[in-house]
Amino acid sequence: MDLTGEQHALLAALADGLPLVAEPYAALGQRLGWSEAAVLDGIRTLVEEGVIKRFGVVVRHHELGYRANAMVVFDLPDDELQAAARILAARPAVTLCYRRPRRLPRWPYNLFCMIHGRDRARVLAEVEAATTAAGIAQRPRAVLFSKRRFKQQAARYGGEAAA
Amino acid sequence: MHPLAADPINRRLLDEHQRGFPLAGRPFARIGAGLGLSEDEVLARFAALQAAGLIGRIGAVVAPHRAGWSTLAAMAVPAATLAAVAALVGSYPGVNHNYEREHALNLWFVATGRDRAEVQAVLAEIARRTGLEVLDLPLEEAFHIDLGFPLRWT
Repeated sequence: MDLTGEQHALLAALADGLPLVAEPYAALGQRLGWSEAAVLDGIRTLVEEGVIKRFGVVVRHHELGYRANAMVVFDLPDDELQAAARILAARPAVTLCYRRPRRLPRWPYNLFCMIHGRDRARVLAEVEAATTAAGIAQRPRAVLFSKRRFKQQAARYGGEAAA
Repeated sequence: MHPLAADPINRRLLDEHQRGFPLAGRPFARIGAGLGLSEDEVLARFAALQAAGLIGRIGAVVAPHRAGWSTLAAMAVPAATLAAVAALVGSYPGVNHNYEREHALNLWFVATGRDRAEVQAVLAEIARRTGLEVLDLPLEEAFHIDLGFPLRWT
C-alpha cells in the first residue's frame, strides 16, 4: 500500500530521530504543523501497518565494542534457502538475513547475513556454529569483513534495513 | 568498551528500549518512572549516549521498500582510487552504509531513493562517473524480524 503525503512527511521528520526534549512528539508536531496527538497517531498507524518495523533506540554496534562486522553470503539451492535462512535469522548475532539476486559470473551468492561480534574470531566461530545449525556448512560461502567505514548516516526514506 | 556503557543504568537504557519506545506525551518521564530516575536524568543520559556515538538515534526503523526503494550495491575498485571512489559514492545524499570489505568486490553501500528508477539512475551515474561496474543487489525476501540488537555485556 502506498503511503500518504502525510505519512511521508512524518517519516521525513523522524529521519534524524526524536529530539531529546521532554515532549518530543509535540516538538515534531510543531515542525510539521500538527498536534502532538496527530504525531502519536501517525506513528502508531505506521507501526501497525508494518511500515515502521521497530520504534526505539538505534544503537551503534561498533561504538559499543562490537568491532567486527561481516557480511556472510551463501550460494544455496532454491529449495534449501528458505529453511536455512529462517534458522540463520533467528540467531542473536545475525542482525540481517536477506535473499538477493545472483549476478553471474561476478557474484554467485543469493543469501546475505550480517553478523556482528566483539572480534573477528568470535564472528568466525559464529559463522561455523550458525552454518552447522542451518545444515549448510558444506555450501559455498564467503565472509566479507568490513575494513573501513566511509560513511554511515541515519537512513532516509527506504534505507537502512537493506544494509 | 566505552565507559558510558559500563554503567548499569545506561545499559538498561540501551538494551530495553530498542523497540516499543513509549508512544506517549512524556516518554522520558515514563522510562524514568520504571528506573527510579527523573525525566531530566533520563534525558541527560540519552543525550550523553548519543553524543558519545553509542546511540545513532531514537526513532523509526523503516521496513525495506515500504516508504521508498533501496538496494545494496557493490563495486570492484582499484586500491589506488578506493578512497576517491568511496567519497564520490558517499557524496550522494541517498547513500549510507558505505564500507570497504575484504573481497575483490571491495566497496559496498546502500543506495536509497523515492523509487526503483531513482535508485537505478544513481547507480548508473556512479558507474558512468567512475568507469566501473556497479552491481545492483536489491532485497528479494527478508527473513530477519528486527527486534533490536541484544547487547551482551560480558
